[in-house]
Amino acid sequence: MTKECKINGIDIQRRSFLKTSFGAAAVAIAPGMLLFDAAHGQPLPASGKVRWGMLIDTTQCKTGCTDCVTACNKENGLSGGTSPTDSQWIRKVELKDASSGRELSLPMMCQHCEHPPCVDVCPTTASFKRADGIVLVDKHRCIGCRYCMMACPYKARSFVHEPLHDQNPDVPRGKGTVEACTLCVHRIDKGQQPACAEACPNKAILFGDLNDSSSEIARKVLGVASVQVRADLRLNPGIRYQGL
Amino acid sequence: MKLLFASMLLCLCIPAVWAAEANIPKPDIGRGGQCVEDPQWMRKNHMHLLKHQRDEALRKGIRDEKISLKNCIECHASTKDDSVIARDDSFCVACHRYEAVNIDCFECHSGIRKSAWLQRNAK
Repeated sequence: MTKECKINGIDIQRRSFLKTSFGAAAVAIAPGMLLFDAAHGQPLPASGKVRWGMLIDTTQCKTGCTDCVTACNKENGLSGGTSPTDSQWIRKVELKDASSGRELSLPMMCQHCEHPPCVDVCPTTASFKRADGIVLVDKHRCIGCRYCMMACPYKARSFVHEPLHDQNPDVPRGKGTVEACTLCVHRIDKGQQPACAEACPNKAILFGDLNDSSSEIARKVLGVASVQVRADLRLNPGIRYQGL
Repeated sequence: MKLLFASMLLCLCIPAVWAAEANIPKPDIGRGGQCVEDPQWMRKNHMHLLKHQRDEALRKGIRDEKISLKNCIECHASTKDDSVIARDDSFCVACHRYEAVNIDCFECHSGIRKSAWLQRNAK
């Protein structure tokens, strides 16, 4: 009896020893393997399983604050001007309900639709949707016809009228092409947040993967009431607004 | 007679070689070095790599760090002005002017080394 107990005791000790040592080995090896993959593996394409989106909490968005717009301009090298010929990738919209007098403020940009009209109308397939839901302009193909600007119900796109100099090496922009919010695709591909989301002092812009049920944005979209602007058009935008 | 002929030939050849050498573009290769293929292969095929890479990167999101315009510029921008397009003997300009091939990459893309650009724009 005592012998059996002793053996059991040893077995348990041995088992726990093996468990911890295997665990430690896995912890030691795993990051190395990941780094190895990143260093030597082929770079991966944008995944179709991901759907990048934003949830904008209009109750947290302050009237008069333009930090997101400033951050966008700085990140993407926009002049910040608001004349009809200046590029605007994101703009602040102030709304007032006439009957109740309720005022609110929200940022408006490319809504990264699932069925983007800009892509439908583009004659050169310069306008396209990446696998992860980001709607972009391929400026190598853009002929500057501006059909997409006409088709967009959100007025999200701009045309570059003047020659540009000293662009951000990560954000090529040039005269004669149409451009819009890229959701800071160059930052997303590096695992960072879009500049506007990072700059918002009230954390009103929540960025993430709408398809990943464990992500903060997916859980919040499930939990709180949010709407898509012009949902009647059934474009299924990736940008959602809360408190609108 | 033979000697005269030979000396005449020599007289004709020397300036020809001289002139040819004087015309060959001498680009400022910046930091230089080889990371993709050997220089002769690159002279012939760099445009195919760049064109393939730009579509992969933009449309599919496959960002190959090595075969990218940004990475070319990182090493080949001049050590004097951090650019591949600023002067007549800059890395891209020197040959493209010689061959009379117009490139419009840099109407949109920055021709400046990213590290230098960041440094300049941080101030």
